[in-house]
Amino acid sequence: MNDRKANALKRSDLLLLVGLIAVGLGLTAFVLLTRMYSQSDDLTVTIRQNSQVLATLPLDEDTTYAVQGEDGVANLVVIEDGSVYIEEASCPDKLCVKQGKIRYAGDSLICLPNRVVVEITGQDDLGLDAVAK
Amino acid sequence: MRARRVAQYGLLIALAMVLSYVESLVPTFFAVPGIKLGLTNLVVMVALYRMSGRDAVIINLVRILLVSITFGNAFSLMYAAGGGLLSGAVMILLKRTGRFQMLTVSIAGGIAHNVGQILVAMALLETWQVSYYLLILWWSGLAAGLVIGFLTAQVVRRLPASLFGPGTAAGNQKDGKGDVK
Repeated sequence: MNDRKANALKRSDLLLLVGLIAVGLGLTAFVLLTRMYSQSDDLTVTIRQNSQVLATLPLDEDTTYAVQGEDGVANLVVIEDGSVYIEEASCPDKLCVKQGKIRYAGDSLICLPNRVVVEITGQDDLGLDAVAK
Repeated sequence: MRARRVAQYGLLIALAMVLSYVESLVPTFFAVPGIKLGLTNLVVMVALYRMSGRDAVIINLVRILLVSITFGNAFSLMYAAGGGLLSGAVMILLKRTGRFQMLTVSIAGGIAHNVGQILVAMALLETWQVSYYLLILWWSGLAAGLVIGFLTAQVVRRLPASLFGPGTAAGNQKDGKGDVK
């Protein structure tokens, strides 16, 4: 850092950076609030493929759902102890499996290669409504 | 001049491709896809500061196309293009105002890159439920932009002026260090 002067942050830099951090904090607060206000007993799990709803399952009932792909099971979705995870996937990178368990409204597991989306939704569809009330 | 530009493009695109490959070798430790350092943005930033915004965008788009064809698929192409175009536009605009340092431009670009990817994901998956990803990718974009911004400042300072055309290095090159060995 020899030319510290040339790289020193100016007022405009600080303003923009503070703004970006503020938006980040706002997002964090929004997500945390959404989670606090959502109760796990009335949440549902929506499994969609190619934007079409395959199944809507209650989150508090342990079950498994196999999403069918072109060559057998594309994604094996497991609902267990109020959380959802994808146990097996036919895609090469297995990012959806690595995403682990989700349990809050608004959370989702996404498998892009198979175009599968697993979403947890609240009774009011969006946690946002629960906050607004 | 023309041959010189071709050589510069070739050099930077090759470097960006190698960095993409190196980064693809690092396993995804994180639960959310999309979190990575974005080493190739170092090359884009160098092009932006040593050549021009137009050069940076062209180099980035060619890099995205080549990397997607080589290591990725149609989806990774759309994701990368969405992120690359939005971050490119944001960084060019911020730099053009002349009011922001490289570090700030890089951080805003890092965030814009991730927001661009989320916009593509929203369009592809037709879902609005991405607030959780947006939250994580916002912070990770900020962190990645911070690291890349620091690196770019160091690299640009040390690059020999002879590598990139005259007149483009103004304002950054004042010391005699970093001459070609």
